[in-house]
Amino acid sequence: MAAAEQAVGATKEDREVEEEQVVNPWEVSAGKGGIDYDKLVDQFGCQRLDAALVDRIARLTAHPPHRFLRRGLFFAHRDLNEILDLYEKGEKFYLYTGRGPSSEALHLGHLIPFMFTKYLQEAFKVPLVIQLTDDEKFLWKNLTVEESKRLARENAKDIIACGFDVERTFIFSDFGFVGGAFYENMVRVARCVTINKAVGIFGFSLEDHIGKVSFPPVQAVPSFPSSFPHLFAGKDQLRCLIPCAIDQDPYFRMTRDVAPRIGYQKPSLIESRFFPALQGENTKMSASDPNSAIYVTDSTKQIKTKVNKYAFSGGQDSIELHRKLGANLDVDVSIKYLNFFLEDDDELEHIKKEYKEGRMLTGEVKQRLIAVLSELVARHQRARAQVTEEMVDTFMAVRPLPNMFG
Amino acid sequence: MGYTKDQLLARLHELKIDFTCYDHPVVLTVEEQAKHVGHLGGALSKNLLLKDKKHRLYVVSALAGTKVDMKILSQCLGLGKSGLRMAPEENLLQVLQVPLGCVTPFALMNESASAVSLLLDQGFKSKQSCYFHPLTNDVTIALSSSNLDKFLVSVGKQPAYVDLEAAPAVGKDNPPDLAHLVPSDVPNSSEQPTENTAPATVPHQNNVPKETEVKAKPKVQSKDTGTSQSKVDKPYDTSVDKFVNDMFDIISPLFLSEASKKLDIKKEELSSLIDALKGRAAPDLESLVTGLKNASYTSGFHAGFDTMLNRGLNGQPSRN
Repeated sequence: MAAAEQAVGATKEDREVEEEQVVNPWEVSAGKGGIDYDKLVDQFGCQRLDAALVDRIARLTAHPPHRFLRRGLFFAHRDLNEILDLYEKGEKFYLYTGRGPSSEALHLGHLIPFMFTKYLQEAFKVPLVIQLTDDEKFLWKNLTVEESKRLARENAKDIIACGFDVERTFIFSDFGFVGGAFYENMVRVARCVTINKAVGIFGFSLEDHIGKVSFPPVQAVPSFPSSFPHLFAGKDQLRCLIPCAIDQDPYFRMTRDVAPRIGYQKPSLIESRFFPALQGENTKMSASDPNSAIYVTDSTKQIKTKVNKYAFSGGQDSIELHRKLGANLDVDVSIKYLNFFLEDDDELEHIKKEYKEGRMLTGEVKQRLIAVLSELVARHQRARAQVTEEMVDTFMAVRPLPNMFG
Repeated sequence: MGYTKDQLLARLHELKIDFTCYDHPVVLTVEEQAKHVGHLGGALSKNLLLKDKKHRLYVVSALAGTKVDMKILSQCLGLGKSGLRMAPEENLLQVLQVPLGCVTPFALMNESASAVSLLLDQGFKSKQSCYFHPLTNDVTIALSSSNLDKFLVSVGKQPAYVDLEAAPAVGKDNPPDLAHLVPSDVPNSSEQPTENTAPATVPHQNNVPKETEVKAKPKVQSKDTGTSQSKVDKPYDTSVDKFVNDMFDIISPLFLSEASKKLDIKKEELSSLIDALKGRAAPDLESLVTGLKNASYTSGFHAGFDTMLNRGLNGQPSRN
C-alpha cells in the first residue's frame, strides 16, 4: 500500500520537477534536483556528444581534445558530425559565437564558451566571428545606447584576452555592423518567422515592445556566411559551427528552421552545460551579488575569500562524519569548478576519489581550487592589460582575413 | 564557387573604380568580341591561360595586337625553351572559375586562383581604356590600366607589367628576367582528378552557384630550382603554438646540458623535468606571445591604413 502511494507521489513530484525546469535565452531555472540535462536534450531535440565523437575530433585536428570535451562539459550538438565529415574531405567551416555585453564585469562562467571557441579555432584552423549584441542589451536592460556600446568595447577587451588569433577573428558589435548584406539577411529571416512562432520559441507577450520581438534575426544571421561579404564573398554555402551554452538553443532552432527556406545551410551547434554559481546549482549568478561568482577582475585574496566562504560544499558537517561518509560530489561546487578548470585529468580523478571517500577534506579541495583559479585569473588579467584601444579597433575592423583558412 | 560578374562589378563600385560596361552576345574569340566593341576606341585584350611543366599556371593578358612568343616567354620565365603550353580546359573551370573563352585578369579575385601568376602587357599602360571580360563572355568592361591595378591590389595581387615582345637572349650572363613571376606554390586542382571535369559542355559558372568540393591545399611546397623565386608571397608563419615550441627547443637542450653538468644527473632523468616545465609554462608563454602578435598586427594594420589614406597606392613600393 505504502509503496504504491509512494510511487504515485514520486511521479507527481517528477512532473512538478519537469514543469519547474525553464531554459531559454533569458531564463534558466532548475527543478528540485538541478538541471536535468537528459530531459533538456530530449526536449530540445539535440544530440549527445559521445566519447566516439570526441575521439574523432582529436584525430581530425591532430590536437588533444579540450578538457571541456573530455569531461562532457560541452555535451550536446546539432549536426556536428556533418561538419566533421565535410572537414575530413577538406571543406572548411567558420565559427560563430557571441556575448551580450550587459555588464563590465565578466565572471568565469562567461569565459567558458570563449575558452572553448579558442581551442576550436586553434585545433581546426578556421576563422571566427564574434558578435557583441549591444543592441540586445539596450532593448532588454535599462541602458543607454552609448553605455551599451561602451560595454561592448570593454567586453571585447576581455574576449581578446582569451587569446583569439587576430588573423582569423572578426569581432563586431551590432550597433557598429548591422546594415548592408547583414541587414538583408536579417530581413530574409524575419519574413520567415511569424509572431506566433516567436512567442512560442522565446515566450514574448503582447506587452513586450517590438524591439524585443524583432531582435532574434540579429542573432540568427551571423550563422550565414553571406552576412559577412568582406570575409566570405562567394562562399555562400560555407558551413558554420556555433559553440554556445545550451540555453541559446532556441535561437538556433529558429535559425535552422529558416535556413533552408532562404537557400542557406543550417548552422551546426556544440552546446555546453551551465556553469554553477558559487552557492550551488540552484542559485543564480547575478551581477548584484558579487559573491555568487568569481570575476576576472578579482584579486587572489578575493578569490580565496569567496571560495572559502561561499563555495557550496558537499562535504559533511564534521571531520569525523566526513571521514566516515565522504563528500557528495553531485552538489559540491568546488569539485564542479575543478571539473571545469583543472587541466590534469589524473589529478582531478585523484581528488574526486579521495574527497568522495572521505580522505580529503573540503578545505584541501578548496585550497587546490583557489590555486587553480588564481592562476587562471592572473593570466587573464595580464593578457587583458596588454589589450589596447587600437587592438580592439583592429579586431573590429572590417578587414579581409587572407590567412583565415591557412 | 567563383565570383559572379555582378559581384565583381559591385566590388569595382566599392573601390570607386571607373569603368564602362558593354553587353553583347556570348563571344568566344577576340575577333568576335571586336565585332561588338572594336569600334569604340578602346584596346582589346587577348588573354591566355598557360601552364608550365610543374603545373603552375599563368594568365598572360596582352593587347590584341601584341605578338606573344611562347618560346621566348618560357625562357624569360626561366622555364626553358618549351616550358609553357596552353592550359587544359579543366584549369579554366576549376582554378580561374570562368567559362571557355573568358580568361581575364579579373578571375584572379577567386581564391582558387591565388597561386596563378599574372603577366600584363606593358602596352596597356599607354591605353586610355582596355577591354576585358568581367568573368562572363557576354559582357566587356573597359577601364584604364591604373584602375585595373587598383582592383588587383585590392585582391592581393601586385600588377606585373612586362614587355611581351622583347626577345632578350637568355643565357649565363643574362638570367631569365621574369623568373620572379613564377609562382612558388603548386596550385590546388592541378593533378587531382575531380568529379567536376566536364568533358564537352561548359557549365556556366556565372549564375548557377554549384557546391564544388574545395580541395585542401597540399601542404608540400614545390621544391623550386635556384632560378625561380616566388612572386606570390608565402603566408607568414604566425603560429603561436609553434613559436612556443621553438622556444622550448632552444631552451631544453641548453638546460639539460647545464643541469646535468652542475647537478651530476643524467640527461635522460632530467627530460621529464623539461616536460613538466613545458606543461606548466606553456599557457603563460602562449598568452605572452599572443599579446605580442596582437600588438604587432595592430601596429602594422594602422600603419597600412595610414599609408593608404595619405599616399594611396604610391605608398607601397612596386616590385618590378
